[in-house]
Amino acid sequence: MASAVANPRPASSGIKRLFERFPFLPALMILAVLLALNGLYQPRSVSFIGMTGLVKTYLALIMLAIAQTYVVFAGDIDLSAGAIVSLVNVVIVVLMEQWGGSGLSVMAALGVGLAVGLACGIVNGIVVAALRLQAIVATFATSIFFTGLALYVLPVAGTPAPAAFWRTYGGRFFEIPFVLYAVVVLAMVIYVLARTRLATQLLAIGDDSQAAFQSGLPVTAIRIRGYALCGIFAALAAFCITGDTASGDPLVGGKMTLFSVAAVVLGGSALSGGFGTVVGSLIGALIIGLINSLVFFVGTPSEWQNLVQGLAILVALMAGVLVGRRARA
Amino acid sequence: MMNATLLMEFARKPLVIALLLIVALLVLGEALSPGFASAQQILRLLIVAALLGIVAAGQNLVILGGREGIDLSVGGVVSLSAIIAGNLMNGMDSGIPLAVLGCVAAGALFGLFNGLGVTLLRIPPLVMTLGMLGVLQGLLVVIRQGIPSGRAAPALSNFVSQPFLFGLPGIIWLWIVIGVVMAWLLGRTVFGHRIYAIGSNEQAAFMAGVPVKLVRIALFVLSGVFAAIAGICLLGYSGSSFANVGEQYMLPSIIAVVFGGTPLSGGKGGYTGTMAGAVLLVILQSILTTVNIDESGRQMVFGATLLVLMLFYGRGRAMRA
Repeated sequence: MASAVANPRPASSGIKRLFERFPFLPALMILAVLLALNGLYQPRSVSFIGMTGLVKTYLALIMLAIAQTYVVFAGDIDLSAGAIVSLVNVVIVVLMEQWGGSGLSVMAALGVGLAVGLACGIVNGIVVAALRLQAIVATFATSIFFTGLALYVLPVAGTPAPAAFWRTYGGRFFEIPFVLYAVVVLAMVIYVLARTRLATQLLAIGDDSQAAFQSGLPVTAIRIRGYALCGIFAALAAFCITGDTASGDPLVGGKMTLFSVAAVVLGGSALSGGFGTVVGSLIGALIIGLINSLVFFVGTPSEWQNLVQGLAILVALMAGVLVGRRARA
Repeated sequence: MMNATLLMEFARKPLVIALLLIVALLVLGEALSPGFASAQQILRLLIVAALLGIVAAGQNLVILGGREGIDLSVGGVVSLSAIIAGNLMNGMDSGIPLAVLGCVAAGALFGLFNGLGVTLLRIPPLVMTLGMLGVLQGLLVVIRQGIPSGRAAPALSNFVSQPFLFGLPGIIWLWIVIGVVMAWLLGRTVFGHRIYAIGSNEQAAFMAGVPVKLVRIALFVLSGVFAAIAGICLLGYSGSSFANVGEQYMLPSIIAVVFGGTPLSGGKGGYTGTMAGAVLLVILQSILTTVNIDESGRQMVFGATLLVLMLFYGRGRAMRA
């Protein structure tokens, strides 16, 4: 399997080289088509306000897709990502409430939330990489554990987040929506992360863990770091979802896990590891969002919406895999 | 010393581990709540385990076939089958044959789609079946809008819960038959050998003339059929079908396979262990519902216990230079 970073192959044509340099191009094309279709059926949806709304709603999924990407790089998977979102969501909401809901208490609660996400990620990393359990079943087990913790922190959904928090998330500064600042910061963070050793090392492990080990990489430690990074981004996803829903719900993230995996695949990354981009996953999450809104805009009867969404996502997944492979072959 | 080594080897067999753990959990359950290990209770546990075990049979086959084989769509097929069965029989025994036929056909069809996607288009099984799960969930919403949920026929309910032969209900016998057939299929037939062949080395199997794609498609079709059968039985167990009733089987069916000693990498293992794995999983859940703790504590203990139990089974190999 060709790896984008570790083992670039000589490209024979310009287009092929372009795909190798930017493996998310197929996803970008799907995104462009979806944007055009959205604009066709509901011109306002591609306006500035419409796009801001889309980002506001799907920033959580974008974050979780990014989280999932780092573990997929190494050929692992995290089925507990959604449970981490739920846990961090209830932890920060409960803490914000207990500490009074002022600006300072919000910041402190977010700090704790990041630490919780990091801790969950490290637990996953230890279980999968150090104890050498199979990632799919092991992270399913930890997801049950994290969900239990979330239920312990907040047994029933409903505790509201303080206004200081969701007003900021949904608000504007200097006429520019807060989420756009968040997107800019996010873009810088993933730019920097893509240039760190960690991303390259994770890809190297995903490409051939034995070779990575033999060339002296501390494979176990690096995989744990990948899961830790995943935990941190899952915590960020929880912040976004808390800003969007303005309340605590111990089961809010459960349904997001499989969508995050789908977004990673849509973005052109290989689940077997060793090949992929974070930008692709970001685009993949937006594709899911745009499919959902398009199905709504074309006037699909409400009971048919889920089916059409499901079919569209399945087709997009298959197209992504096929186009990506052709580009790499 | 020789005997000790042999004993150690014996004790490491997944089936033996699972059986020992089952006995240990039954003793623990009896200690925590007297009557837990009574014959009646064990029978009830076996019925629940049979439902999971039948789903896990298909999951087992797909996983054995290797190449990251996994079927995430089984939960959706179980739900779909339960609602189709409920509508086709609608409380009448005369509708059972048609219901069984309809459900099995539907399960086989979705399995066929999965198999075609995985083999002809070479979509990774996880991706293909994940996408199919989304489609099935959407389909369920559509079906639910149009028609009532339907009811189980009395004969079906009796089949699942009433004694049929030697005091055991029909579903237990069905599970036993499935177990025997699976053991025969995997151990004694050409098809079975081919499954192990493609699971352990697809390239070699292809060179040796195994119709790799056909075998893999058959595995996904069988997975859909087993999930459909489980859906019918589930309808008999609960009386009527309700939304996403099958979701609870998606990941547990994989865990049952792993607890039964079939690694997710495929190519080795078998169904007998998976049956024990299903019983183990159901007993564990049952103990946790008997013990008087909060839902949160129950989930934490369940998750942690699953992790500890996984340590007993094949851990990955350590990296060596």
